[in-house]
Amino acid sequence: MNRILVIAEQLAGKLNVSTAKCVSCASTIPDAEIDVAVLAANAAEAPAQAAALAPVKRVLVVERAENGEALAALLAPQIAALARNGYTHVLGPSTTFGKDLMPRVAALLDVGQVSDLMAVESAHRFRRPVYASNAVVTVEAPADRIVVATVRTASFQPAAGGGAAAIERARLDVPLPGYTRFVGREGGNADRPDLQTAPRVVSGGRALGSADNFQLIHRLAAALGAAVGASRAAVDAGYAPNDLQVGQTGKIIAPELYIALGISGAIQHLTGIKDARTIVAINKDGEAPIFEIADIGLVGDLFQIVPELERLIRAPA
Amino acid sequence: MTTILVGIKRVIDYSVRVRVKPDGSGVVTDGVKMSINPFDEIALEEALRIKERNLASEIIAVSIGPADAQQQLRTALAMGADRAVLVQADGAVPPLSAAKAFLKLVQRHQPLLVILGKQAIDDDNCQTGQMLAALWDRPQATFASKIELEGARARVTREVDAGLETIDMDLPGVITTDLRLNEPRYVKLPDIMKAKKKPLDVVTLAELGVEVPAHGLRTLRFEAPAARSRGVMVHDAAELVAALKQRGVL
Ligand SMILES: Cc1cc2nc3c(=O)[nH]c(=O)nc-3n(C[C@H](O)[C@H](O)[C@H](O)COP(=O)(O)OP(=O)(O)OC[C@H]3O[C@@H](n4cnc5c(N)ncnc54)[C@H](O)[C@@H]3O)c2cc1C
Ligand SMILES: Nc1ncnc2c1ncn2[C@@H]1O[C@H](COP(=O)(O)O)[C@@H](O)[C@H]1O
Repeated sequence: MNRILVIAEQLAGKLNVSTAKCVSCASTIPDAEIDVAVLAANAAEAPAQAAALAPVKRVLVVERAENGEALAALLAPQIAALARNGYTHVLGPSTTFGKDLMPRVAALLDVGQVSDLMAVESAHRFRRPVYASNAVVTVEAPADRIVVATVRTASFQPAAGGGAAAIERARLDVPLPGYTRFVGREGGNADRPDLQTAPRVVSGGRALGSADNFQLIHRLAAALGAAVGASRAAVDAGYAPNDLQVGQTGKIIAPELYIALGISGAIQHLTGIKDARTIVAINKDGEAPIFEIADIGLVGDLFQIVPELERLIRAPA
Repeated sequence: MTTILVGIKRVIDYSVRVRVKPDGSGVVTDGVKMSINPFDEIALEEALRIKERNLASEIIAVSIGPADAQQQLRTALAMGADRAVLVQADGAVPPLSAAKAFLKLVQRHQPLLVILGKQAIDDDNCQTGQMLAALWDRPQATFASKIELEGARARVTREVDAGLETIDMDLPGVITTDLRLNEPRYVKLPDIMKAKKKPLDVVTLAELGVEVPAHGLRTLRFEAPAARSRGVMVHDAAELVAALKQRGVL
């Protein structure tokens, strides 16, 4: 049997959907028994939400004042201690939370890490993207060592609900370092649909030219009930905040509909959208590389087309 | 002496369209432009700015890799690093082994800071800095977009999925760079000449006492990703809406 420990990611006491995606990935490992670890200061709703995921066997809750903010240096030794209780695999999401934390866990366990796991071929054989998704590699982890991996969330659907796993408190006597302190967090807009989970995303690029003009993207997104994304050029220029960047070094997303406006389609951007069901591109340059992967392309000036598009979408059918 | 260690990985240039070899043994590297990993240029630039503010006195650029990585180290010296160390290794060096090599150099040079990139754009692993911090038992601040040093502490703003997060860490420690930390300077011709005289030491991975475990993660094969094909072109907003409705996404 393979005993899988999934590390829960939480946002304000709730389970982030990335956890349900990790559980779904875990359930594709043959003969898997899946536990979820929730580390928190006060584990509000997250344990019950994890227990409701159908494939989950047990939820382990580690409550400790130091776990109030997700600091890798403090969480990693606790997770390494949990992992040593006979687990064969430890999985976390390939979000900034998991990318920060999981390599630290792997090093404490003295094993390599499989980053951005996109498919399970067997308990120790996995596929993952490299070179900004210009290649996919099959990697094999040693069968006699624990496997530590981050899961590429865009490759998995969230696990189904309806389960009723046991919730247990875990007590760990692990000394924690005091050398890192959380100071604060800013940004994130709770009123907007979340970029990583929204079924529709409208993104703007350098062509928008200013933060004011970028409102055009927000308005079209509002008309579609979509989340807003941006290219690196638009973020660097200050038209959009960093958490909206889509791509190799931003967010990897897989919406039903992705609309790229005034984005050229650099490989680093395309990496982030390759799994979208339908890609729409509007660009005034008919040679722009974005058209090579767009399902629907429109050559023209976005400042003329987008208001018209918004009007048509808002118009009653 | 206040030292900063900076990672300089030699990778295929970010502008190259990488192709998988037909036999699946790797990607095409023959005649392909190689460069410093973009995040490592940012790491070096940040170290230079810290030194320019007199908060550090020496910057050591470190590359682990083939003899050819000396080219990237020379570029780092031309940018302003004081000296360079090549940890020579033939074949792939996975992040855990790279972190162990950095740890040896940390023990040797006792730096205030190690600044690495958040990820190397070849394997896209995003692991080495965090692993080094774990092995060293020191703080880490990944995905940095702002670094403020105050004595034996650093206040670092990090780019996270939810926006920006600020943490305060004791030094020494490890910081990994995000794209918006700074814009790296260009190398000037006279600096390239000067860089030729700066020290570049070569040690092998084995001499450092680090090995790439034979029983570690193995890459079995490379494949081209599933291709997306070019779709249809429409001519105006109305046609676009019709096409979206036809596909059932609107
Ligand atoms: C290490 C590294 C990591 C990176 N990571 C990312 C990443 O995660 N995400 C990312 O996006 N990029 C990333 N980049 C940057 C990437 O290489 C590109 O520079 C960037 O994506 C370009 O953004 P853009 O398409 O908005 O701008 P541009 O390439 O300048 O394209 C602007 C486009 O707008 C079109 N246009 C102009 N005016 C109009 C108009 N009026 N109407 C319609 N179209 C118009 C132009 O024809 C052009 O195609 C990374 C780069 C590096 C080196
Ligand atoms: N072989 C190497 N030589 C020098 N630096 C490296 C090497 N491998 C990793 N690094 C550093 O670690 C960072 C993250 O790499 P990775 O964990 O491979 O994504 C890089 O940006 C470098 O700063």
